[in-house]
Amino acid sequence: MSHDHDHGSSMSDTALRVKALESLLSEKGLVDTEAMDELVETYEHKVGPRNGAEVVAKAWTDPAYKDRLLGDATAAIAELGYSGVQGEDMVVVENTPDVHNIVVCTLCSCYPWPTLGLPPVWYKSAPYRSRVVRDPRGVLEEFGVSLPAGKQVRVWDSNAELRYLVLPERPAGTEDMSEEELAGLVTRDSMIGTAVVERPAG
Amino acid sequence: MNGIHDLGGMDGLGPVIREDNEPVFHEEWERRMFALFISAFAGGHFNVDMFRHAIEKMDPVHYLESSYYEHWLAAIEDILIADGSITKAELEARMADLAKEAA
Repeated sequence: MSHDHDHGSSMSDTALRVKALESLLSEKGLVDTEAMDELVETYEHKVGPRNGAEVVAKAWTDPAYKDRLLGDATAAIAELGYSGVQGEDMVVVENTPDVHNIVVCTLCSCYPWPTLGLPPVWYKSAPYRSRVVRDPRGVLEEFGVSLPAGKQVRVWDSNAELRYLVLPERPAGTEDMSEEELAGLVTRDSMIGTAVVERPAG
Repeated sequence: MNGIHDLGGMDGLGPVIREDNEPVFHEEWERRMFALFISAFAGGHFNVDMFRHAIEKMDPVHYLESSYYEHWLAAIEDILIADGSITKAELEARMADLAKEAA
């Protein structure tokens, strides 16, 4: 490894390597810098957990949609326009009064990009990936989630082909809320399973 | 292949550290690395299995000490050098040039 060379630059070695790689590949016509700019723009500003929240809110308000979602998640999510890279084969797992689901990728950091965007650092970190399969309740406690002792916890380990999305429980007291208002309650972590959707304050 | 990437169930790696209002990218080079990966992938330079294999071949200490996008960098470098798209010498030379410019 030559990643710790001192190049006498204020730029970090990693930043320098990436810059050199982009420069070389662009010069050779293997990547298009402008297309790269667009990719960054898309994943930084357009794709994110709001997409998944829309899926969840629709499932909460439209029982036929929920059936389709639990039956063939990839197709049901595509109905709302969300599909593509890292979402080619989706499975939605439903939280119920008896079961809490939580998602990890122990081997790398597989994550459903079209519905949740790019994963947070903790999801990709060694501590989360190692511990959540062995001590999910302990990890959930750290996230501020205390589950009743009788509730079953299911941990789903994603892989390069298959990605999971948790359908959280709809909180009580939200019967009068619109689909859009409901979507506003749904957090990224609740769709990973490291949070529950709270009933709105007040 | 088993190895350091197979972290499920391993003890002793510490608490899960979270960041409030975490940005999508933390550094400019992460943006470029992300887009480079997607572009090279779309260009057919590798498939997802090759990419994962390249990450799984990383030196275990470097794997644990480095971040997600550093894993991507190590893997893509490995693949593009192996398939002859670039040479290691070329990359080192370009780094030296860019370092001079930035100095």
